[in-house]
Order: sequence, then C-alpha cells, then structure tokens
Amino acid sequence: MGQTIAEKILSKHAGKSVKPGELIISNIDVVMVQDGTGPLAVSEFKKIGKDRLFNPKRTILFIDHAAPSPRKELSNSHTVLRNFAKDYGAILSETGEGVCHQRLIESFVNPGEVLLGADSHTCTSGALGAFATGVGSTDIAVVMALGKTWLKVPSTYKIVLEGEFKKGVYAKDLILYLIGLIGADGATYKSLEFTGNAVKNMTMSDRFTISNMAVEAGAKAGLFETDEKTREYLKQHGREDKFVEIKADSDAEYERIININLSELKPMISLPHTVDNTKTIEEIKRVDVNQVYIGTCTNGRIEDLRIAAKILKNKKVKEGVRLLIAPASRQVFLQALEEGLITDFVNAGAAIVTSGCGACVGVHAGILGDGEVCLSSQNRNFKGRMGNTEGFIYLSSPATCAYSAIKGYIADVREVL
Amino acid sequence: MTELKGKAFKFGDNISTDHIAPGRLFHLRSNLNELAKHVLEDADSEFASKMKKGDFVVGGNNFGLGSSREHAPQIIKIAGVGAVIAKSFARIFYRNAINIGLLLIECDTDKINAGDELEVDIKKGYVYNKTQNIKLPFPPLPEVMVKLLNEGGLIEHIKKHGDFDLV
Repeated sequence: MGQTIAEKILSKHAGKSVKPGELIISNIDVVMVQDGTGPLAVSEFKKIGKDRLFNPKRTILFIDHAAPSPRKELSNSHTVLRNFAKDYGAILSETGEGVCHQRLIESFVNPGEVLLGADSHTCTSGALGAFATGVGSTDIAVVMALGKTWLKVPSTYKIVLEGEFKKGVYAKDLILYLIGLIGADGATYKSLEFTGNAVKNMTMSDRFTISNMAVEAGAKAGLFETDEKTREYLKQHGREDKFVEIKADSDAEYERIININLSELKPMISLPHTVDNTKTIEEIKRVDVNQVYIGTCTNGRIEDLRIAAKILKNKKVKEGVRLLIAPASRQVFLQALEEGLITDFVNAGAAIVTSGCGACVGVHAGILGDGEVCLSSQNRNFKGRMGNTEGFIYLSSPATCAYSAIKGYIADVREVL
Repeated sequence: MTELKGKAFKFGDNISTDHIAPGRLFHLRSNLNELAKHVLEDADSEFASKMKKGDFVVGGNNFGLGSSREHAPQIIKIAGVGAVIAKSFARIFYRNAINIGLLLIECDTDKINAGDELEVDIKKGYVYNKTQNIKLPFPPLPEVMVKLLNEGGLIEHIKKHGDFDLV
C-alpha cells in the first residue's frame, strides 16, 4: 500500500514502515524554542542531567515573541536563552532577526526532514516538504537531549486545489475558507496534504501561509510535495543541495478528500473570537477599525509586503487608524528597504515595528485598548490574543488589511484592483 | 492514583491557551506559581480564587486550542485541579498534559452543570456525577498516558529509563 507524505517522512525517521495511528519513536533533525517556551525547555532539559545537546548545530533558540523586551522579567528570560546557547553551543536568533518560523524556512529546515518546535505554528515549514509540528517545552527538552521523540502517526486529509485565484483573492483567503469549512477542530491530530493543479502555480510564500495555519484547524502538520518552486526557494537561500523530491504515492490512503476550486473563492474575513468564524467580505456589515497589523509568520513575507505597498503607495492611512507593519525577518526587511516598500509604507502613515511576533502575541508593540478593533494579517483572533480581552480581532489577507487601513473600515480590496 | 473528588467548574467550547495563560501575562511564565494565580482568568475571572484543590475544570469541544505554551496545563496542575474533563481536546494541549502528568478525561460534559459534585474512577472508566446521580463513561486512557502519568511525566520517564520506553 502506498504512503502519504507524512507516512513517508515518518517511516524514514522511525527506521520502519509506519501506519496511521501507530505510536513511534522518531528521530528529529531540527529542534527549536522561542522566548516564550524556551526558558521552561531549558529548565526541563537541565533536569534530565545530560551535559550536552544531542545536536547543537540544529538546536535553535529564537528571541522573537517579546523582542525587544518590554519588561525586566522578559529580559531575564532572554538572558537564560543567551546563556544556554553559549554554554551548550546552540544557535541563537537575536532580537530583530525575525519570527522563528520565517527564519526556519529561510535558513534551517530542508525537505524530508522532521522539525519539532515549541511553538504551535511550527507547521509552517511543512510547505518545504518537511514534517514540522508544534509541541510543548518538555517534549523539546527531551529532543534536545536525545534527538528523538514519541509521535502518533497521523492519518491524512488530502486537500485538492484546482483553478486560479480571482483578483483580490489570496492564499490567506483560501486557508481561512478551509478552516471555516471544517472548523477549528476539523483536522485535530490529522496531517493535511495540499495537492492539485493549483499548487503548481502557487508561490512558496502562498504555501507557507497555508501550512502556517494548518494548526488553526487542529492539524498536526500541513504538507506540500516538493517541486521546482521548492528547489528555486532553496537555491535563493543558499541550499539548493538540500533539495529532495517529496511526494505521496499515487495509491496512498486518505481519511478524507476535500476539493476546492480557487476561482470560486472570495476575500475572507475571520471574525472574533475564533478563527473558524469566517465570512466572505460581502457578508459582513461595516466594521470600523482602530488598528491594522500587517506582518507575522502567516503574512509578513516580501510577497505580502509588495501586495500591501502597491495598495498603499501614494495613499494615506485613514485618520484615526494606526497601521503597524512588521517585516517577518531581517532578510525580508532588507529586501523591502531595497525595493522602496518601506518608504511607501511610511509615507502612507504606517509605523514600522521590529521584525518579530510583535502585536500578534499580545505582549507588546500594539496591544489593543478596550473595545478596539484590529484587522490583522496574523493567524489567530482568540479573545485576549492581542493583550486585551476587551479587544476585537479580525483576520484577513494583507491586501484586505492594506485597503482597509486606507478606508478606515474592513473593505473589499477588489474595488481598487 | 489518589482519589478524585471535587466540584465542577464549567467552561464552554474552544477554551484557548490564551484564556488559560494569557499573553498579557507573558512575563509571569518564569514564575509559574504566580502565573497559576491567574489560571483561566480570561474565561472566568473568579475561577482561581473560588476553586479548591481537587476540583475539576469541565470544558466542551476542543479544550486547550491554540499556542503550544505548556504553561497552560502546568498552571492548571499547579493550581491543584484534579483533572480537566472535556468533550475533546486540542492536540498540543493533550500532549503537553500527558508529558507533565495532568489528567485529562474525554466524556459527554453536557451532563455536568457548574457546581456539580463529581467523582472520577479511572480504573472503571467513568465520571460519577453525584449531584445528578449519573455515571458518564469514558474510553480507557491511552497506554502512553497511563504510563507517563504513573511515572510522573515525561522527564521522570526519561530519567528512569535513560531513553524512551513507550513502544
């Protein structure tokens, strides 16, 4: 019997042919923490009593969630990570280098590998054909010590994508549509495998946006097969030699198959306070916004910023609206500077914030006031997510964000395209 | 396993890790005892002050969705909650709870009201709702969970065996 992408990668890492539902011990290639989950992983690691990391060169500690630090307690947590990286020879990604998931795809993860991260959006790297999933700090501590973990092999949902996006509709709209369709727990424990003719036309940036949000449907992973676009992406990031073909067998077994025609999709909005609370832009009444946020591991890549800049160039953000923009990484930031996008943003009235998680995690850099509304390109709109339970978070594509910042309310970007 | 008896504190569907351990309290993650005083604060601001050791958190569908922050199950455990009982759990939360030794039970929580007195019998596989005099069955706990719970969590397991001894 053939295998899905998840089954193939996990078989290789378990040293035997695995089946869905089976409990396995899997070797792990790359392991990471961020500043919210890292200090606990460090203290748990020290309890195990190993004097060295299993693979320091592929153990990465990211300072991105509260960076730069807004409080002394968090500064001290950062010190814990810096000291650990120094003492054990792990890699440290400092303040301003970017969001962990963006940094991982740019520099650290390769097709066919298994990545375990103490962050739920670790699934982003699935777009590179890597089995990447989020776990907690204790799991990570054990992986840091032993280079392996226990996993239950997931069954797979095949998501078949056909057709082309219409003007004003993007990968973000597709993934919001899918989550709305199957629900926030619609794929719990499952692996999502995205395939179909439409995938071939998708940029890597589109694929990362889709994989990033797999967890918002409860999924363990969001996987794509590798192709020439994957190879090109790796080449641009200096590791073409890491390309391998990753593909499901034609007779692989899927628990469920979902077909989506991209040409039928419209700009989507996710309403407070769950991601699956989605509507098309046409279905919502006027919602005035106080803050618009463009960035994050979901939609803070150069492709996203180009789309936003095209809409914002020579326009002004509506009076009374704050537009915050955070390039997902230093690499993205530099590219945006080079292309003049940052100038366009600042001229339009945007505030540029540090590359990192920023306002999305509710720690700093854009916490909402009571009763305030934020439209964001991020992946989550839970109550309290942006630092205040009295705030209201709506999610959309960066294009919808950019146009809404100009209008002052959640607006249909197709009007200007 | 000690006797599990306590009062039900009822929560709805989709209780996220932001409800349990909010981002605005990010700075308290290095002080779990302090963070535990705020457990579930953004779902029920009085929960932490009203609950007694051994009481139960009772949720609906998809309890614990969202972030991978292990601090969420950690502070539920530190607060002294006997078990979290819900219709279903989000994946990472479930896994984290197993790893740190917090008991999770999946059963039909529609038949539990806020304030009901509950008793959990793990061996026989039911939650006894004493207030309503009904037994709510639950499927046997996964073997991994039983093993890790009995050994005091994943770190203790690894310390004891020097490696994984689950498969």
